[in-house]
Amino acid sequence: MAAFCDVIVIGGGHNGLVCAAYLARAGRRVLVLERRERIGGAAVTEEVFPGFRFSMFSYVVSLLRPEIVRDLELARHGLHILPLESTLTPLPNGDYLAQWNDHDQNHRELARHSLRDAEAYDEFGRLMHEMARAVKPFLGMPAPDPASLAPADLIGVAKLLRYFRSLGREKYHALWKLLTMSSADYLDEWFETEALKATKSASGIIGTMLGPRSPGTAYVLLHHYMGEIDGVFRAWGFAKGGNGSVSAAIAGAARAAGVAIRTGAPVARIEVANGRARKVVLESGEEIATKLIVSGADPRRTFLGLVGRDHLPREFVEEIERYRFRGASGKVNLALSEPPHFTCLPGVGPHLRGAISISPSVEYLERAYDEAKYGEFSRRPYLDIVIPSMIDPEMAPPGKHVMSIFAQYAPYRVNGGWTDARREAFGDAVIDTLCEYAPNLKSAILHRQVITPADIERIVGLSEGNIFQGELTLQQMFFLRPVPQWARYRTPLHGLYQCGSGTHPGGGVMGASGRLAALAILKDRAA
Amino acid sequence: MPAATRSPPLPLARMLKITPFHPRTAALCRGHAWRRWAGYVVASAYELTHEREYHAIRSAAALFDISPLYKYLVRGRDAARLLDRTVTRDVARTQVGQVIYTPWCDARGKVLDDGTIARLDHELFRMTSAEPHLRWLEENAHRLDVQIEDVSESLAALAVQGPAARAILQGIADVDLGRLKYFGLAAARLRGIPVTVTRTGYTGDLGYELWGRAEDALPLWDALIAAGADYGLTPAGMLALDVARIEAGLMLIDVDYVPARKALIASQTSSPFELDLGWAVNLGKEHFVGKPALAEEAAQGPQWRLVGIEVDWNALERLYAGVGLAPQLPHAAWRTSVPLYAGGNQVGYATSGTWSPLLKKYIALAHVGTRCAEPGTTLEMEITVEHRRRRALARVVKKPFFNPERKRA
Repeated sequence: MAAFCDVIVIGGGHNGLVCAAYLARAGRRVLVLERRERIGGAAVTEEVFPGFRFSMFSYVVSLLRPEIVRDLELARHGLHILPLESTLTPLPNGDYLAQWNDHDQNHRELARHSLRDAEAYDEFGRLMHEMARAVKPFLGMPAPDPASLAPADLIGVAKLLRYFRSLGREKYHALWKLLTMSSADYLDEWFETEALKATKSASGIIGTMLGPRSPGTAYVLLHHYMGEIDGVFRAWGFAKGGNGSVSAAIAGAARAAGVAIRTGAPVARIEVANGRARKVVLESGEEIATKLIVSGADPRRTFLGLVGRDHLPREFVEEIERYRFRGASGKVNLALSEPPHFTCLPGVGPHLRGAISISPSVEYLERAYDEAKYGEFSRRPYLDIVIPSMIDPEMAPPGKHVMSIFAQYAPYRVNGGWTDARREAFGDAVIDTLCEYAPNLKSAILHRQVITPADIERIVGLSEGNIFQGELTLQQMFFLRPVPQWARYRTPLHGLYQCGSGTHPGGGVMGASGRLAALAILKDRAA
Repeated sequence: MPAATRSPPLPLARMLKITPFHPRTAALCRGHAWRRWAGYVVASAYELTHEREYHAIRSAAALFDISPLYKYLVRGRDAARLLDRTVTRDVARTQVGQVIYTPWCDARGKVLDDGTIARLDHELFRMTSAEPHLRWLEENAHRLDVQIEDVSESLAALAVQGPAARAILQGIADVDLGRLKYFGLAAARLRGIPVTVTRTGYTGDLGYELWGRAEDALPLWDALIAAGADYGLTPAGMLALDVARIEAGLMLIDVDYVPARKALIASQTSSPFELDLGWAVNLGKEHFVGKPALAEEAAQGPQWRLVGIEVDWNALERLYAGVGLAPQLPHAAWRTSVPLYAGGNQVGYATSGTWSPLLKKYIALAHVGTRCAEPGTTLEMEITVEHRRRRALARVVKKPFFNPERKRA
């Protein structure tokens, strides 16, 4: 069966698996080739330390498209999303700012910091909800290219314009602000509490080599507002069993549809003849012929690595070379003998079942970025922390805990390169930062795993360790993702498609790229 | 502008606020039936049912803890000007010692909230509202000589409502309440505790509301309970109040209308005209938020009207008799959207309704298209009889359903 199939999907990350599942459900014989011994790409759960299970890379779920959950019956295949209840921002002065899911509780807490912000919060939330609703349809459709005269694009652009007009003046203007402003400037228009602005603006910089005062980051803020669970926007959840269970559920659906998945099967190259992708050659030397190849790898790896410049138009190669990755973040995964005790809120409580954000002020974040601009990791990084074992006790032995710390900035191009010593120094900076707020942390650490962008690149294969397969900045979003004219999952080569988050609409364990790529393929093949 | 107050970190166990009267109300709340109001916990009913509490409102007097209301002090040379800019009624013309009820709108002329404004002094007002409005007031106060202070938490508030209310308060007051007119206010001491007494309420009955310092809350409560004992003063919860306010034809935010700030789509919003508050819109004022839109609507007439509905008893009885039952009446006020029909088409929806134990009528507040809004118009209201949807004859009637002379006398 592996000797011949209709479609080969390169990469068993969540998008590759989603794409494979949709194609198989449409009757195609699909083979997924995964380089590592396990599927999931950056959505994996690994027992790094005996008894402790870690969502090693991506660690929360929100943007996973509801239509994929429904179409692929992911609940039946074992996906269970548990709610994240809050966001806690500990402050240097011993106080904290919490954001709760419950409206009254949240209002009361915000009013403690600013009565005005407590009021503005609802209005802001409503506007962002409306903006997310406005933009959401474009997550579920290929991005129409306003510069194209192709009928599909013209219709798409016309639809888009008509849609934007229907938003009304106020929302339309707000949308343009979101598309052009920095997240910090945008939030300045709404709030006065530093910690609130900082914690919210952090959504605008996650995974991106930009600071909260960099223009364009407001859109990324909105991107994160589009997370939707059970029809509720801005809902973040935690997959029971870690993010590996998201991949496992998708793989389960794919297998049920007839997809064959081979792990430990790294692809060396895509063989091209006469402008057509013909077969896949594995590093082992094995060759697999196929009608169609879909690459879930990022654009650089796919085109400059697997295909090779010689088989591609020069301008296209140049565009791919210009496509920016600039990984900016790392992770520290901890096995803990006891839960952290935050000075601002001692003891175990609901605040440990949500996210914990080290983002006391916009200036703090911007300073963290300053260091990264000049090639250093942040001495005091922005941290986004979850304690999965508080939400799903099966992640750690009874009474013990796992902690996932997303840390930014850790620039891929760090001065002197990422060495073992520098990796550990970065890990120390993260732990030292967090210990200022939870002093018992250091003594509770049983094991620590530090992951730099270089590690992400090496282990998962994401170029420059960018968690989105390329920065989520406006110049490479929508019809520009990954490059102009090739934003609709097709490539200059016949028989080669892309389905990774390096395509519209982008990253965040969303699965939309995989689904839309499958739909594009089925449309082309039907014609 | 006042500096934002920063209270210490909250104990996690207490997620909702408690009012200054909580030590007393908690001890009395034997049914453990609580509900939320503006982030506070308040009693739904103190006893196992709200029945006795309701009847106290109409036959003796009931005591309500209304502290969860938002309260703002607006003071300064331009205080009246600020309020005139924001609300639809004429504030400049109010007298010191007068309270007005008014809605206020967004720029589209859609209601944001409704509440009262009390003129405590020439340049001092107190505004009450259901939703927080500090930020909104401040935005409208641009370049005005005015200070806005949020006194929601520092001011405790009680309502004494019912025919015995005056006698109870007079027994402990140092002023003559007989001279306090409907929607008037007076500074008074009750057993020596300083309060503002306003002749206002949410029951449509003779009643007063008392506004005092939070630190005086418990002595104030105790003084009232002592003074009211011989008159049947009964602490009452929100369930009893809900029946009374429907009888009084008084709408409730979030139930009978969606405030514009919370509406997700335009059709969820309501103008004051649509809420039957046209009388409270003063288009003669030079400018206020929403005036252009309201002037336009006034010229064209509203599309919708908030009306009173009375369900026909005989129709109800027939529907239930059809399944072998006596009419099943709601045991408490309901607040769901119930379709209303005329000639087979849906022409509106009721938003809250109740059986009135006093009037012996099944009444509701409803939004209907303007052409069905005239009193006497015959409609049908959907009623679920033994799991099946039926329609019962209903009639548009004048609000308030209950309007005793003592309310104003």
